Amino acid sequence: MKHKHLKNVATLILNAEKCIACGRCTEVCPHGVFSMPNKKVQIKDKDSCMECGACTMNCPVGALSVEASVGCAAAIIKGWFTGSEPSCDCCK
Amino acid sequence: MSEEKSCCCNAARCGDESSIPVVPTDTRFEDILGAWKVRWGIHRMNYRINPGLYAVGSPDNASPILVSANYKLTFDSLRKELSGLDCWLLILDTKGVNVWCAAGKGTFGTAELINRIAKTGLGEIVSHRKLILPQLGAVGVSAHEVAEKTGFSVIYGPVRANDINAFIHSGFQATEEMRTVQFTAWDRFILTPVELVEAAKTSLSVFGVLFLLNIFAARTFGLSDFIVYAGVVVTGTVITPVFLPFIPGRAFAWKGWLTGLLWTAACVFFNGWLTPDNLLLGIGYLLVLPSFSAYLAMNFTGSSTYTSFSGVIKEMKISLPFIVSSSVLGIVLILIKSFIA
Repeated sequence: MKHKHLKNVATLILNAEKCIACGRCTEVCPHGVFSMPNKKVQIKDKDSCMECGACTMNCPVGALSVEASVGCAAAIIKGWFTGSEPSCDCCK
Repeated sequence: MSEEKSCCCNAARCGDESSIPVVPTDTRFEDILGAWKVRWGIHRMNYRINPGLYAVGSPDNASPILVSANYKLTFDSLRKELSGLDCWLLILDTKGVNVWCAAGKGTFGTAELINRIAKTGLGEIVSHRKLILPQLGAVGVSAHEVAEKTGFSVIYGPVRANDINAFIHSGFQATEEMRTVQFTAWDRFILTPVELVEAAKTSLSVFGVLFLLNIFAARTFGLSDFIVYAGVVVTGTVITPVFLPFIPGRAFAWKGWLTGLLWTAACVFFNGWLTPDNLLLGIGYLLVLPSFSAYLAMNFTGSSTYTSFSGVIKEMKISLPFIVSSSVLGIVLILIKSFIA
């Protein structure tokens, strides 16, 4: 059963004009967000994007952008109290 | 010999730079015990091995290189999949954190990989220029930058260690299934002890306050109160995570609230807390406890493999006002009941 969180929130943006169809994003995405029919990448399932940033990190031409951060309520709350960026530092 | 064999399983003894330690692929009792302790939050943040280069089997200069993290739980789950293979393991210093989380923090990252390649003299040890990284490491590693700086090209392997053998034998071809992160009932279940232990620690201060209140209260808190409370800790930290996709709705807080409500309503009903005499208590618990369960379940977003920052922020902005106001109102009602019983 495929897990689904909230719809229409992901900040993922693809600039198709820059895309050189290397296929890296389709390789690194852990949720199958991209597809590459006809040698051009498309966003096939944007609602599955968890904003991990693997695709933007590995796109050699900067065709992708996303506001990558942790999807963790505890880290976000801790960030509010400490005034820092949320990060996976639970129990530390 | 025994010293060298135990090397990779005993973090304190590793680190001899002159020889490359050989890693066994079997699992021992102490590994199982260590993993069990980590799952219960015991020494979880200090379960690590030394970073550096390790050998599996008898690798030569043409053998594949697998890159991983220095969290011992990660290392153990990788090495047990490598029996019968001859390969190199390049272990990055991720401060004892698993690949995905470390990649998010940047410790499993481009800079550390480039640095570790140089430190281990990897270019001298192998004749090829290919590295196999776990796919989830891509969050922290920029493959084209690594290639540019070191000459090593990055191949992203499967998400899960148990696919690595098939991946290598298929000539580095990953199926779509190997590339997709899952979050099975078992995956969720093994994460719940840590959640439960953390919630139990927080609960100690709640019990402390209730103990003090009992000294002055007209109606003291007892076993039935403990049971209804402990139940929502379990619905928030265990039941909701385990049954996650089967509970209606999308938001974690909603799912936690729903399971917490079912439990609280059942307890309130059986304890007769809806009679006019006990109505304040019954309503008070119905306001506080499902909200607490919602809060605990919301914190499981961080353990999940599919929630985005934007999604969690939206969920929190909607649910937190309800959680806080409902809890405050409920606590007031319970306190009134405690002192005017």
